[in-house]
Amino acid sequence: MTASTADVLDYDEVLARFDPVLGLEVHVELSTNTKMFCGCPTAFGAEPNTQVCPVCLGLPGALPVVNGAAVESAIRIGLALGCDIAEWCRFARKNYFYPDMPKNFQTSQYDEPIAFDGKLDLELEDGTVVEVGIERAHMEEDTGKSLHVGGATGRIHGAEHSLLDYNRAGVPLIEIVTKPITGTGARAPEVARAYVTALRDLLRALGVSDVRMDQGSLRCDANVSLMPKGTTVFGTRTETKNVNSLRSVERAVRYEMTRQAAVLAGGGEILQETRHFDESTGSTSAGRRKETSEDYRYFPEPDLVPIAPSAEWVEKLRATLPEMPWQRRKRIQADWQLSDLELRDLVNAGAVDLVAATVDAGATPNEARAWWVNYLSQEANTRGVELAELPITPAQVARVAAMVADGKLTNKLAREVVDGVLAGEGEPDAVVAARGLEVVSDDSALYAAVDEALAAQPDVADKIRGGKVQAAGAIVGAVMKATKGQADAKRVRELILERCAG
Amino acid sequence: MSDLTHSTAAELAAKIHAGEVSSVEVTRAHLDRIGAIDETVHAFLHVDTDGALAAAQRVDDDVAAGRPVASPLAGVPLALKDVFATEGIPTTCGSKILENWIPPYDSTVARKLRDAGVVVLGKTNMDEFAMGSSTENSAYGVTRNPWDLDRIPGGSGGGSSASLAAFQAPLAIGTDTGGSIRQPASVTGTVGVKPTYGGVSRYGLVAFSSSLDQGGPCARTVLDAALLHEVIGGHDPLDSTSIDAPVPPVVAAAREGAAGDLRGLRVGVVREFTGEWYQDGVIAAFDQAVEALRGLGAEVVEVSCPHFDYALPAYYLIAPSECSSNLARFDAMRYGLRVGDENGNSAEQVMALTREAGFGAEVKRRVMVGTYALSSGYYDAYYGQAQKVRTLISRDFERAFGDVDVLVSPTTPTTAFRIGERVDDPVAMYRADLCTIPANLAGTPAMSVPAGLSDDDGLPVGLQVMAPALQEQRMYKVAAAYEAARDKAWGGPLINRVPELEVAAR
Repeated sequence: MTASTADVLDYDEVLARFDPVLGLEVHVELSTNTKMFCGCPTAFGAEPNTQVCPVCLGLPGALPVVNGAAVESAIRIGLALGCDIAEWCRFARKNYFYPDMPKNFQTSQYDEPIAFDGKLDLELEDGTVVEVGIERAHMEEDTGKSLHVGGATGRIHGAEHSLLDYNRAGVPLIEIVTKPITGTGARAPEVARAYVTALRDLLRALGVSDVRMDQGSLRCDANVSLMPKGTTVFGTRTETKNVNSLRSVERAVRYEMTRQAAVLAGGGEILQETRHFDESTGSTSAGRRKETSEDYRYFPEPDLVPIAPSAEWVEKLRATLPEMPWQRRKRIQADWQLSDLELRDLVNAGAVDLVAATVDAGATPNEARAWWVNYLSQEANTRGVELAELPITPAQVARVAAMVADGKLTNKLAREVVDGVLAGEGEPDAVVAARGLEVVSDDSALYAAVDEALAAQPDVADKIRGGKVQAAGAIVGAVMKATKGQADAKRVRELILERCAG
Repeated sequence: MSDLTHSTAAELAAKIHAGEVSSVEVTRAHLDRIGAIDETVHAFLHVDTDGALAAAQRVDDDVAAGRPVASPLAGVPLALKDVFATEGIPTTCGSKILENWIPPYDSTVARKLRDAGVVVLGKTNMDEFAMGSSTENSAYGVTRNPWDLDRIPGGSGGGSSASLAAFQAPLAIGTDTGGSIRQPASVTGTVGVKPTYGGVSRYGLVAFSSSLDQGGPCARTVLDAALLHEVIGGHDPLDSTSIDAPVPPVVAAAREGAAGDLRGLRVGVVREFTGEWYQDGVIAAFDQAVEALRGLGAEVVEVSCPHFDYALPAYYLIAPSECSSNLARFDAMRYGLRVGDENGNSAEQVMALTREAGFGAEVKRRVMVGTYALSSGYYDAYYGQAQKVRTLISRDFERAFGDVDVLVSPTTPTTAFRIGERVDDPVAMYRADLCTIPANLAGTPAMSVPAGLSDDDGLPVGLQVMAPALQEQRMYKVAAAYEAARDKAWGGPLINRVPELEVAAR
């Protein structure tokens, strides 16, 4: 279970003795309307076993028919990753027994992937660019889900029985596999996270997937191995699964590095195995042993005909590719006149899409950036969630910004409105109304407050009348206090001077 | 004996559509026949009396109301091999592992039959998952050959062939992976056709070997087979390997062939299909059939297809490999037999116990062979090599069809063998498919038409006629011409020489 500290080596010592090698396998569930090989819907979260038919249940006699929209998405992903698109490729059967797989084989691709040999450039937080090679992207179908009941961990070990939901069985998946990533040293965990982030942004821009790691529509398996400094022969790798957030990607890689280093430093051998990442402890534990159990007996799927995308079709799909995230960042930097540092802050905060959407909703780039990169990023950090997961929309942020620009809210009040939205109190206008946060813009109410404050501090009033304009600050403060901060301080100051000018 | 059960499908259809006899009467006659003799023959695993009569009534209603009938075979009864999924009707594939499984959906073939108004009487016995050449591998007991009840009716589609020879149905559906339509037809004196691969939808046909399986028509005459072929054939979007092309004009070809003129036609006799495994009486009957074709004006030449010798071993790698994967789904998790569910067994143990109990010896043998052949390190030597042989066999066919219009051979090397004779010798059993397997590997059409009786044992012999892909009309024409000449020579339909079963039965 939980690893004791003796099981891992200090990170600096790991790096002094070993070079890490990474290989990342990302599974992306496509957001097609229907499954890979049948007409069942793919919507997430339906009642168990309500989105199934003879084909995706693997009933005797049922046959698959390829979903053309999924092939189209696969080709677009391949093109966006700079891959070659196969002129001719086939599906293959990957044979293994597991209750959540209706046919006990997965229809996948083996030695003939639809896309191969591409790359993805990543920018790390300090601006360093790392190129990651893409080995292949291939099409396959998802499995069903097992729910293990009665065990402590929700895993199959110790469970009393298991429930099966086949709604997910047959949902189109694209598996994207990197070439071995070497030479990253201490930054390996960071590179792993940056890769998944960059891939997620790319897939989102393509509009092919929800890319929700929390719902499993983007899943990352992290292969990690170590080789002693100075050698070039890869060590035995482990494959860590159940890595369900960007942060977990980074933690899982780092943990495996320190665990493997401890094993190797102690004279032990790394077992080629699947490992399971535990979010709560940040450690991995052994799963299936690979070398003993897995001979998938791949062979070409005889129930499907080969896929041969014509050059015209591929070019037509290439023309549909949207602006890539890195191109977009360049354009945004120019449009919004950002310094390199400002852009990097924006990117590192994961705020590009949100700021752009906020600008689209009417805010200025500076207002939008200020909200997302400063105030809301802090909030996300506090909550330990991704910025995009905060319960506030770009349109709501833009509305708050507009109210500030119109003088209806002060910055302080605006933050209270945002807090209200985050607390689930509704739209900004509703929060303003419910909390009574609007700036007091009724001059007659302000005159009364000003007169009252001047009367309460006659000596200060005299000073102002005598020309000491800076003394007005004390009266402003008193008025603001009296109006509970809901007055526009600038207007209050104008009114004080007006009253004292008389 | 009833005239209705001894009529051809074409004759019955004409009478039903003209209102001379009702489909219900015809259906009842066949159900009665099944009731009277199936205890002896055991062609059927399930008889759907109510469903059949209801389907027949619908056709009668159409006729009575003057509505056009659904198809040229509307109202005619048929026996369906128990490998096709039928909604609401048990489908076992001859296996214990699917005992009591009732599919929630219809195979495309079943749906087409229903849409055509064909009356499905029930489901016929078969070797388990279509693996076998004698129907002895059925988990539900042997089917007996109406020509000699101590002999096998062929396999895997022995229930379908026996039902025709026993006059329990004028039409049947079979599936042919290595000869499972043609060899049963041959040994029961009936007609069986394996269409071009992709010519008849496989949707709902429980897979044995996906790249070889092909459903097809079975009947007592060539014309009846052609009529049924046109009902079940054609493109199906639910089967990716289905051919998007019109069904070849086989009914017209059968009618044209019946005129008996084969002038201008070149017939190739495959040189490789003879030798030590061939029964003398079979060779003699085949030679006479070839002479008959010559007599009809055909030009007969000898053709060599050298790679056909490798067809059997290649087949016994490809078919088991695919079956090892296709049959993996029978794991007790979702449907079918479930063994070992108590005692806290794991899912893996339940799967293993169920498969141990649910599969017969031949199925297990093939699953193991196929698992081995696909294993890493062996794949290239076995599955890979077998695929190369497959390509060479296709080329042999292409070369041959560059020279001749059709190829002919005996359908199977021997007449019906005795029940039990080959059960302990799998290779001897496999040799029953020596002549039929090449067409499966190449995906080309082939059919068996009765070619008289063997002079050494008096049992039926089959003439196999093979054609290029999607050229089924050629073989139907040749078969129909030969059939007419044969009936003339024998003084009537050969099938009428089947012994009276009521006498044979208790």
